[in-house]
Amino acid sequence: MQESTYEPAILLLEDGTVFHGKAAGAIGTTTGEICFNTGMTGYQEIFTDPSYYGQLLVTTNAHIGNYGIKASEVESDRMKIAGLICKNFTVPYSRHAADQSIQEYFEAEGMVAISEVDTRAIVRHIRHRGAMNAIISSEILDVEALHQRLADVPSMEGLELASAVSTREPYFVGQPDAPFRVAVYDYGVKRNILQCLTERGCYLQVFPAQTPLDTVKTWNPHGYFLSNGPGDPASMHYAIQTAKAILAENAPLFGICLGHQLLALALDIPTHKMHHGHRGINHPVKNLLTGRCEITSQNHGFGVSKDAIAAAADRVEVTHINLNDGSIEGLRVRGKRAFSVQYHPEASPGPHDARYLFDDFVSLMQN
Amino acid sequence: MPRDTSIQSVLIIGSGPIIIGQACEFDYSGSQAARSLRQEGIEVTLINSNPATIMTDPVTADHIYLLPLTVDSLVQILEERRIDAVLPTMGGQTALNLAIEADQLGIWQKYGVRMIGVDVRAIDLTENRELFRRHILDIGLKVSPSYIANSFLEGKEAAQKIGFPLVIRPSYTLGGTGAAFVHEESEFDAALRRGLAMSPTHEVLVDKALLGWKEFELELLRDSADNVVIICVVENLDPMGIHTGDSITVAPAMTLSDTAYQTMRNQAIKAMRSLGNFSGGCNIQFAVEPETEEMIVVEINPRVSRSSALASKATGYPIAKIAAKLAIGYRLDELPNQITGNTSAYFEPTLDYVIVKMPRWNFEKFPGAEHRLGLQMKSVGEVMAIGRNFLEALQKACQSLENNRTGLGADMKEWIRTSDVLERLENVSEDRIFRLKDALRLGVPEKTIYKLTKIDPWFIRQIKRLVKMEEQLIRYNVAEDIPESFFRELKKVGYSDAQIAWLLRIREEDVARRRKELGIRRTFKMVDTCAAEFEAQTPYFYSTFDQENESMPSQRKKIVVLGSGPNRIGQGIEFDYCCVHGLLAIKELGYEAIMINCNPETVSTDFNVADKLYFEPVYWEHIEEILELEKPEGVIVQLGGQTALKLAETFHKKGIPIIGTSFESMDLAEDRGAFSDLLRELDIPYPRYGVATDADEAIRIANQVGYPVLVRPSYVLGGQNMRIVINDNELERHVLNIFKHLPDNRVLIDQFLDRAKEAEIDCICDGDEVHVMGIMEHIEPAGIHSGDSSAVLPTYSLSVQAIATMVEYTEKLAKSLKIKGLLNVQFAIKPSKTPGEPDKVYVIEANPRASRTTPFIAKAYKVPYLQIATQVMLGAKKLRDFNIQPQPSGFAIKVPVFSFEKFPNVDISLGPEMKSTGEAIRFIRDLSDPFFRELDSKRSMYLTR
Repeated sequence: MQESTYEPAILLLEDGTVFHGKAAGAIGTTTGEICFNTGMTGYQEIFTDPSYYGQLLVTTNAHIGNYGIKASEVESDRMKIAGLICKNFTVPYSRHAADQSIQEYFEAEGMVAISEVDTRAIVRHIRHRGAMNAIISSEILDVEALHQRLADVPSMEGLELASAVSTREPYFVGQPDAPFRVAVYDYGVKRNILQCLTERGCYLQVFPAQTPLDTVKTWNPHGYFLSNGPGDPASMHYAIQTAKAILAENAPLFGICLGHQLLALALDIPTHKMHHGHRGINHPVKNLLTGRCEITSQNHGFGVSKDAIAAAADRVEVTHINLNDGSIEGLRVRGKRAFSVQYHPEASPGPHDARYLFDDFVSLMQN
Repeated sequence: MPRDTSIQSVLIIGSGPIIIGQACEFDYSGSQAARSLRQEGIEVTLINSNPATIMTDPVTADHIYLLPLTVDSLVQILEERRIDAVLPTMGGQTALNLAIEADQLGIWQKYGVRMIGVDVRAIDLTENRELFRRHILDIGLKVSPSYIANSFLEGKEAAQKIGFPLVIRPSYTLGGTGAAFVHEESEFDAALRRGLAMSPTHEVLVDKALLGWKEFELELLRDSADNVVIICVVENLDPMGIHTGDSITVAPAMTLSDTAYQTMRNQAIKAMRSLGNFSGGCNIQFAVEPETEEMIVVEINPRVSRSSALASKATGYPIAKIAAKLAIGYRLDELPNQITGNTSAYFEPTLDYVIVKMPRWNFEKFPGAEHRLGLQMKSVGEVMAIGRNFLEALQKACQSLENNRTGLGADMKEWIRTSDVLERLENVSEDRIFRLKDALRLGVPEKTIYKLTKIDPWFIRQIKRLVKMEEQLIRYNVAEDIPESFFRELKKVGYSDAQIAWLLRIREEDVARRRKELGIRRTFKMVDTCAAEFEAQTPYFYSTFDQENESMPSQRKKIVVLGSGPNRIGQGIEFDYCCVHGLLAIKELGYEAIMINCNPETVSTDFNVADKLYFEPVYWEHIEEILELEKPEGVIVQLGGQTALKLAETFHKKGIPIIGTSFESMDLAEDRGAFSDLLRELDIPYPRYGVATDADEAIRIANQVGYPVLVRPSYVLGGQNMRIVINDNELERHVLNIFKHLPDNRVLIDQFLDRAKEAEIDCICDGDEVHVMGIMEHIEPAGIHSGDSSAVLPTYSLSVQAIATMVEYTEKLAKSLKIKGLLNVQFAIKPSKTPGEPDKVYVIEANPRASRTTPFIAKAYKVPYLQIATQVMLGAKKLRDFNIQPQPSGFAIKVPVFSFEKFPNVDISLGPEMKSTGEAIRFIRDLSDPFFRELDSKRSMYLTR
């Protein structure tokens, strides 16, 4: 009777909304900030993206798991989401190159998930009420008890999470004889960013988030990279100082996502928590420098203040905007060799439209 | 670049009569494009020879030319009007070919007309297989190894190099016409000769058969700044080897990883950007080797194609509408997303549901046709279904097909012999998906099924889930035994109450009752292009079993129009035309107009047409839940052909108001016995007839009636299984055949009025008055289905007395049937042999609904008859409230169009069973017109076409 009777699970939101569904993955309890991703492919890349650290992910695609799990298609060493909420947790998979099913993967990583819930209703709820904390459990089915557990979960705003996912020790990636040495500040960097850089002739040293710039400088890098990552950028004073120091060096600097927000903060342009963020692989961005448009992969719950950047037009130039809501997607610093984008040009998952930005970075180092 | 203001007047070319491979999806794209351009203040002129289209309606375009799609017609238009640009990408291959022909003749240049939305070089590149192959290799992508052959010898050489199996594709043909697999050398010579003969350029492409590779299709849009977006990715459940038009397709792709998809996306964008310089839509097909994920470009269509309509309905992104705006210069980032209204049209839709498209075949209409599916499209229509999982969408698609299936099997139509089932899995026919489930049910291993079908194991495993659930379900005895959670699960994967009832051998009503007791009801979700990320404003819904209902009924009074489901022979685009006009009339009267339909090709399922669209099977169980939610004033069943009409009885029983003519009257017209009694009462002659329930009775009746007789099952569409037989032997054979296919049916035996003329009247009746819209006289004598006859409006040879009699009978019938709305009456006229004696007029049948000819008459006379009829049906107006002014100009001839070339070896003789797929209109000034004289002189040579 395996098909009809199943283990129940509960999703409880901070505002008291309850969804009943089916237990999937590991049995257990997990908490985090609820967010949704609208991508139709690339679930495995999303699960392992360190920027999702501490978040309960709602996938809007009807099925998750169809093409199984392939060990090499990961963005970090393990799953980084706090839990998964989906419609159809689809265990039977089909892909020749796949190594295991989504259920095997979740069990191996002890990842808790809930399926057979109305994910569309949840997305609509978040769209109206904004991001909030939530709890999934397939072991505690008493809503009151879940409420108490949920009350202990801190708000994402003001939370510093990058240190938690950053590497403990510096490490090297790529060919030592490559033309460019790039120092990567790891706030939760995705593997494909490193890949995109090494492919373009960069030899990388990836540093722990809180490494002082002076230590990094001893390696004599040609350029600096500020990575993506989880949490509230405004809480990362150490990283903002680093960004300021790099700007003062006038070295080539490229930031992605959290790195973009840190660059803005280093320029005294504030960031803010967005209502429910941008997460998906279909976000339209216009490059104001070329007039060309690109479909981008995005994953961010904080954004750079549009008003403040307009007021700082003498120091900062907006290079990219979001065509849906006009939000800031990219900037460059006047008189400096520093630029950044809010979205993910490395994609994985998502379209490769914006990979030219890595070429731009390499060009900056060339000149 | 913003809009090009030098374009003030645009000509759109339609796709002509419906044929297999080019159906009403081009009415949808053409009307969308026209509306989109008019929004910009552009004057739109339209040419199409197909009268049953919305695109050729005054509501769509400023100037309409119902002319044959020829260069002469184009010249006529260009002489009469100032046209700045021509948009030839909305009318399929037909429009494109015509535009190119005109281009080669220098017509566009002569009249200073620009071609927009197209680059002729791009067309050449994609149409010429050899150029295409070289081009794709040049840009670094892969194609299947192939060689071009212009002679028999070259073809043989190619085969030697490629090996078998291979494919022979004639160049420059539509919808894969003539393409054939050659599995072994012995079949090769004949196939090559046929291929060369079919190509207008005597050229074929011989290429490697990628049998069993997975097949994907991408729909793209590009603007003048070379921005490209992918609107939809469709995965074909049926792998390479079956024409995509004949494949079950699914969106989003179910078995594509992000790495594989992004590679495909990059290749698609690269390919589109490499193809000349045009702004608009493009469709690219890929084949993917299942093990290595190697990717090959199969085909590119640099225009709005059949699949664009599907992609638009599947995602909510109106491709043709946006493509038209791009053609006049707009960039994607300058346009808003039509669904959300406040986000950008430059984006890629994301789905939080699954759609399944299923083709609809009509093989029963083509006795002797090879059922085996292959490279050449054979389906006549399609349905799309939306669900929250693949199985739900798949089963809903089965429920939409209008072929008496209640889902994917579990409906007493299963096969039980493993050998038969396996044979059908290998020799792909229209029922493969049903046989696949039969095989799983019979315990055939997944691996074997994969080996025979090459259908991706993911789909096979999904279907296996159904088999497992059924095994569990049959352990219960009554509906009350089914645990609630399991019941819910069954409904979530698309089981209809009827299927559950069949599996438990209980009554459907009992399942439905129990389901409702448990509160297992459908909820409605919106199709919004963005998986709910943004607030959407477009009222486009589908049903599923989920928690939250998004369809909020308004406070307004509502009227529901039932659509006609998938196109098939006998029920095509005409009824969609009727539905659209019905919706317009309902809106005009201030009601909320609600549409229910499942045909993705149509205009009625354009979410801009009705106030609210439910993209759902026209199937009682689904309709019921919509009606319970919306609580409309009533339902219109007169406009959607037989599909809608046959639901009338259910509505009547459930107490749902039917707008216009009552169910009793409809039933009276449909019930042969009661209808004949009525005719007798009214003193109207009718052919002698009888109803038989077995062969003995049939023979007895036939002898009473007198041979030749017309034999048919009662309650069928388009004369299905209708034959004229001349003796007991033939009768017996045919009657047995009917009972074999339709065991519960009865057989009607009618006196065949040999050498009679046929005519039909369409009228509107408001209960008091009758308005005759038009009288059409068939050119061919009785014995040919009215849908297959050429017909002339108005009559051309009938006597004044015969016409008066027909009108008199029509009025009598309309009044005594208490028609409120439309009525179509078919007549046979036996001319008198002696002077002074009147011609004898027989009534053959009466259809209390919109008929196939209603749109034709509306077009020919330039009167919005369907809007008038709808207002009358609703009781909002009487006929006397309208000032109906028909504008006849000479005669209008309805010319049927056939698709026989898709079915080699088929008997192409015409008879009482309809076989045409479409029709054209042709206006003539008088009867000396050579076109008419040609038709008329051949009127008796109807045996073959």
